[in-house]
Amino acid sequence: MSAGLQPRTGSAARFWRSTDARRLFGCVVGALVVAVMTGPSGSASAPTSGFTGSLFRPRAFVFVALGLALWAVMTFRSRFGDVVRRANDRIIATPRQLLVNRWYRYIFYLAVFAFAIWYPTILSGYWQEVLVDQIGVFVLLALGLNVVVGYAGLLDLGYIAFYAIGAYSAAYWTGALPIHPPMHLNPFWAIPLAVLAAMLAGVVLGSPTLRLRGDYLAIVTLGFGEIIQIVATNLTGVTGGSQGVIGIPHFSLHVDSLKYVWHVKALPYYYLLLVFVVIALAAFRSLERSRVGRCWAAIREDEVAAEASGINVLKYKVMAFSIGASTSGFAGILTASKIGFIEPGDFTVQLSILILVLVVFGGMGSLIGAAMGAAVLQWLPQFLRVHPLFGFQPQDLFIYLGALLVVMMIFRPAGIVPSRRRRSEIGLAEHGVGTADAMSAAGGPVA
Amino acid sequence: MLLELSDVEVRYGSIRALKGISVSVAEGEIVTLLGANGAGKTTTLHTISGLVRASSGSIRFDGRDIGALAPHQVVALGIGHAPEGRRIFPRMSVAENLEMGAYQRRGSLREDFERVFELFPVLAERSKQEGGTLSGGEQQMLSIGRALMSEPRLLLLDEPSMGLAPMFVTKIFHVLRDISERGVTILVVEQNAAQALALAQRGYVLETGSIAMSDQAGTLLRDPRVRAAYLGEGAA
Repeated sequence: MSAGLQPRTGSAARFWRSTDARRLFGCVVGALVVAVMTGPSGSASAPTSGFTGSLFRPRAFVFVALGLALWAVMTFRSRFGDVVRRANDRIIATPRQLLVNRWYRYIFYLAVFAFAIWYPTILSGYWQEVLVDQIGVFVLLALGLNVVVGYAGLLDLGYIAFYAIGAYSAAYWTGALPIHPPMHLNPFWAIPLAVLAAMLAGVVLGSPTLRLRGDYLAIVTLGFGEIIQIVATNLTGVTGGSQGVIGIPHFSLHVDSLKYVWHVKALPYYYLLLVFVVIALAAFRSLERSRVGRCWAAIREDEVAAEASGINVLKYKVMAFSIGASTSGFAGILTASKIGFIEPGDFTVQLSILILVLVVFGGMGSLIGAAMGAAVLQWLPQFLRVHPLFGFQPQDLFIYLGALLVVMMIFRPAGIVPSRRRRSEIGLAEHGVGTADAMSAAGGPVA
Repeated sequence: MLLELSDVEVRYGSIRALKGISVSVAEGEIVTLLGANGAGKTTTLHTISGLVRASSGSIRFDGRDIGALAPHQVVALGIGHAPEGRRIFPRMSVAENLEMGAYQRRGSLREDFERVFELFPVLAERSKQEGGTLSGGEQQMLSIGRALMSEPRLLLLDEPSMGLAPMFVTKIFHVLRDISERGVTILVVEQNAAQALALAQRGYVLETGSIAMSDQAGTLLRDPRVRAAYLGEGAA
């Protein structure tokens, strides 16, 4: 703000000492660094091509221009921050106010639902695949993780382990694994069993570890994610090892005269996913508003106070954890059955972190936010793959995601569609009140 | 005795925070625990609540050993705890905060709300306001009110006067007497020895994890060592 009070008409020397100038410098240097990082690599025959290939090419100008734009936005914000914030609040508030009216809200939901049913039918086969494999599955995963991270405030870095458990359970019950189940099931009927397996894994892992607070939980879940992947790779006799598992059948449904088989096409899977996403949305929303949701909020805001108030903290944490786990497990079965092939390399820590990024980007604790975050961030790389801009390389995805997250944390720390309560918790935490921060639950040792 | 701690020892790693203390509180009494920072006052309350486990010794409440119970089970038995630093839920409304205090109970809470609002009328005025926006004194009232919502037989208070303006301190201690007259037993940890001893019937003085003195409140108030150490008289 101090920069905003200095007159622009002052001497040039004063400008170069101002916050604006330092920011400008930072933005330009940052842009050049990103340009080099994302540019071509050097080689033995042309060791400097990593620099020359990125700095002496038009793409360097694009990055510098982006850096300047970022600088302009930051400067603008520091000068007119309040005006922008007010306008920003209004943009978010107006549609919300409209949706307060119950009928408008139902009409809106109905319209969105109708659109979700109709729109995929006009997409090309490629985009239908993307819609299921990249978007739909990840929306479901993000919704599940939102319960864990957003509602209960537990940082779970091994979320993908439950996805793996779901996928391997599906493989087991359909007889695709080297070890055989007591009876072969169609994957459709394996859904409850695999979801149950993931949920049980959540309870078994959660019951001892959820006694830990904050960072310790993150470390334990991170380790669990790694263990599952390593077990899947090395327990060859059971999981098929690093070769993976092939031949997981597609879903099919035979009830009396009703007979339906999901084949290789994406669209039927999309509708199945849509049904489950809607179920998840409805279930999580009512949970959030129930007594359970209130207890999660209390645990998130101040765990010690929640315990002292008589809330069975462990029970509610395990509940959130296993709800997340079973959602993740379901996504795992669906993927296994659609693709028909799974391998341990599908279940990396990066994927856990990616899902966390989706939730944080969308807005922790906000269902619509988590779903939107997943949809937007999963769609964007696919879009850029088809329409390359600025020489976008898909393998650089995580660089851009990291940068995006940093920018988000500066400008919209509560996510693109923040939950009302989470937003004010973060706002308070910035002012040093309360113990909720952007990530961890209320922590601190008891003493 | 309603509450009886005998030879309770608590360790944080290799540090002995409580070196075998024995404290008892009779039904209907107000008892205060005095002591300097780090003497183990908060640890004592946390141990009673089940937030911290004792490494040896026993804690009996109404004749029952509660040493191994989880905090929510301790609350269910009738021990309310207003923790140090108030620790209200900053983003929940005053009413929601109170509701969380009554989390274990079923049925209508109307009478409980009325009782708390009667003791702290300001909470009724602020019932829709977010807890974090209250003043320090109001937050302390909310914290005590929340602990009362569980209908406790024993109320544990951890430094209710901490960081409050003198006017609020007097007010809070006044309400504590009211609460006691309604039949709630109180164990209060305080640094404000003068106020606490004026309120309580009996007191314990904790020094680095051990009980240094225990007596009637009036006797402690007259004790020269207490006066020197906690009432700032003749201190170097």
